[in-house]
Amino acid sequence: MSTTMRQPRRSGIRRGEAASGWLFTAPMIVLLGVFLVIPVLMALWVSFSDWGGRGSPFSSTVNFIGLKNYSTLLSGGGLAEQDFGTALKNNAWYVIFVVPLQTVVALFLAVMVNRQILRGRGFFRTAFYFPSVTSSVAITVLWLFLFSSTGAVNKLLTYVGIAGPNWFNDPRGVLHFGATSGPGYLTGPTVLGVSLWDWVGGPSVAMVGYILLAIFTTSGTFMLLFIAALQNLGGDVQEAAMMDGANGWQRFWRVTLPQLRPTLFTVLTLGLIGCWQVFDQIYAGTQGSPGKTTLTPAFLSYQAAFKNQEWGQGAAIAFLLFVIIVAFTLLQRWVLAERKVSRRRMRMYNIPPSSGTGPGQGASVDGAVLLAARGVARDDR
Amino acid sequence: MQRRTPRWLVAGALAAVGALALTACGSGFNSSSGGTSSGLTSSKKALTVLIGSSGDAETAAVKSAVADWSSTSGTKATVTAANNLAQQLSQGFAANKPADVFYLSADAVAGYAANGSLLAYGDQLKNKSDFYPTLVKSFTYNGKFYCAPKDFSTLALEINDDMWKAAGLTDADVPTTWDQLEAVAKKLTTSKHVGLGIGGEYARVGAFMTQAGGNLMNDDSTKATANSAANVTGLTYAQKLAKDGVLKYAKDLGAGWGGEAFGKGLAAMTIEGNWITGGMQADYPNLKYSIHELPAGPAGKGTLQFTNCWGIAADSPNQTAALKLVEKLTSAGDQLAFSKAFGPMPSIQSAAGDWKSANPALVPFLDAAAYAHNVPTAKGAADVVTDFNSKIENLKTADIKAILDAEQKNLEALVK
Repeated sequence: MSTTMRQPRRSGIRRGEAASGWLFTAPMIVLLGVFLVIPVLMALWVSFSDWGGRGSPFSSTVNFIGLKNYSTLLSGGGLAEQDFGTALKNNAWYVIFVVPLQTVVALFLAVMVNRQILRGRGFFRTAFYFPSVTSSVAITVLWLFLFSSTGAVNKLLTYVGIAGPNWFNDPRGVLHFGATSGPGYLTGPTVLGVSLWDWVGGPSVAMVGYILLAIFTTSGTFMLLFIAALQNLGGDVQEAAMMDGANGWQRFWRVTLPQLRPTLFTVLTLGLIGCWQVFDQIYAGTQGSPGKTTLTPAFLSYQAAFKNQEWGQGAAIAFLLFVIIVAFTLLQRWVLAERKVSRRRMRMYNIPPSSGTGPGQGASVDGAVLLAARGVARDDR
Repeated sequence: MQRRTPRWLVAGALAAVGALALTACGSGFNSSSGGTSSGLTSSKKALTVLIGSSGDAETAAVKSAVADWSSTSGTKATVTAANNLAQQLSQGFAANKPADVFYLSADAVAGYAANGSLLAYGDQLKNKSDFYPTLVKSFTYNGKFYCAPKDFSTLALEINDDMWKAAGLTDADVPTTWDQLEAVAKKLTTSKHVGLGIGGEYARVGAFMTQAGGNLMNDDSTKATANSAANVTGLTYAQKLAKDGVLKYAKDLGAGWGGEAFGKGLAAMTIEGNWITGGMQADYPNLKYSIHELPAGPAGKGTLQFTNCWGIAADSPNQTAALKLVEKLTSAGDQLAFSKAFGPMPSIQSAAGDWKSANPALVPFLDAAAYAHNVPTAKGAADVVTDFNSKIENLKTADIKAILDAEQKNLEALVK
């Protein structure tokens, strides 16, 4: 970059190249500006204003009210704070269950349908991907039927002797295990207007329905990403690991999975964002009931704006959600970052002193993958 | 250098685009059409009517009524049935291009009135004094009567005649007090069905609160009255029925609403509004049932009423014509026609006699208008009601006093 800066202005045939570059990208820049950047900036302004939903948010009657919308949500002490806390609680549990499960299921399915020996791989790939291409509203309606109190799921459960819950009408938290009131040290203190007892209660039975729905629909999409990544992996590394005596299980954990790290990051990030923004299923399904246990920030934002005419609060919820998503993505990036092999780990790869070589002079860290494969081989002995 | 200039350029271009977009958004805000002496705008523009329709019957009835008005008045008007009324209204108001006349639910009035979207035309209606006074209160915000009540519904008690006879009960046993209701509910509860099956929400359970002399807010929705002793009495009575197993929520019976539980024979009695007649006719045409007024509680008779109004937009360019259209749509003739087509009760007192003679079986609904109370309509009250609903979902174990205290706090915050 710095070298190009120092270069003199290009002349001759290359002159005007930058201008035409900008010309060609201009339509997209204008489109993105008009339909993305400006609306986002408008929403940001609305979140700091008392705009009531009539006319332009930039008209002279709209006032700047600072952080009032945010403080109502975060420390107002009223129903708005309580609803926001409830929505965050619900969505956090949703994320905690959906993101790991859908990733694991997607990876499992991808590894299965990627196996050479599997017959009819094309059929299975299509079958697993099918829920992803179906409209989420249609699947939600299907789910409401399947999980109704007399629906197919409960019918199946009765065959194994379980009286199924009234799924989408059951507000009980699954981690409360049927207890209706908790100990005083949990029911007393509140965070964002919601008691600790409710925070630790886990997703409600109704939310479990949505969790299953999300895993069912998105696993197929992410399976596709994993398949693409798996097909890109070279066979030579696998062979090297095999030569070193690693069995299938070890090859998967120590050779395949580390190589999938970038895809894993993509899948987790997309999953995290999608989960925090869950809206259409809630909108088409329970709309926050039963007992507000399926209320999510995205739906709350919609409700605050369009139903209650609290546009500032609705926009503020959207931006708080944005902050949450960015924070989680950064955290996850840090967790999944490539690190130098730790000293403890390094010791595993050293050749023991008895064989004549001094400590600390083991294998050079040239490729984490090969190294991992060697580690496997050593464990095997 | 190579990079800096274009960057500056693109920033400028973006700013220009932004400014353009914003001015485009900003155009037409202060456009006001010619006013008249009454302060209403008038012009030659056609009217748009946005309705949240319950079905084809309603859409057709409104369309034909509006078409009649158009042909006599000479002002064109088109009726659109909204998919999502609240959302489409909000979009219209934000864009300054709202529908001229529209349905508006009682709990949405305060929100739109507060941001100035609504025209407060109530006092200019010729038939103003004909509306039921409690309905007018539903649409009064900050002392101004905003919009004309379109129609209304009240809650009454529906009884399954066959189950009633099977339990050895006669016409003389129709409950008029809480004790009697409890007694018949017990008799009607069998292993196959429950005595009383109702929707588990304020809009049904709240009737018991009014019979005890309470409600979440007063009829004007200017004062929070949630934690009154009367409300505790009302809910405690409902809780007692639930604990005795003679009252169950529709969802616990595996039904979506009270009418479904009633129609499927899961409940011998239910508490619903006059919309139940349409549902029964469509889904359970063979069910024999009768409609009675709700029993009186310690404070006498009480029920809840639900209503919508005809809103007129403050930004409408032709408010004079819109007002005339609303006067026509709320006239006795039109309201009785609507009632025949899709069931609601006329919002004007002068149509009561005709309506009763046309619907003898439904008289208890209209008689209830005399003692019906409004649901809270303060801005944000819908959220409090939702919160209340979520807390009474487990009526049997609910801590009634604590719930009502919490809602009192939430409602007080709204009317401060």
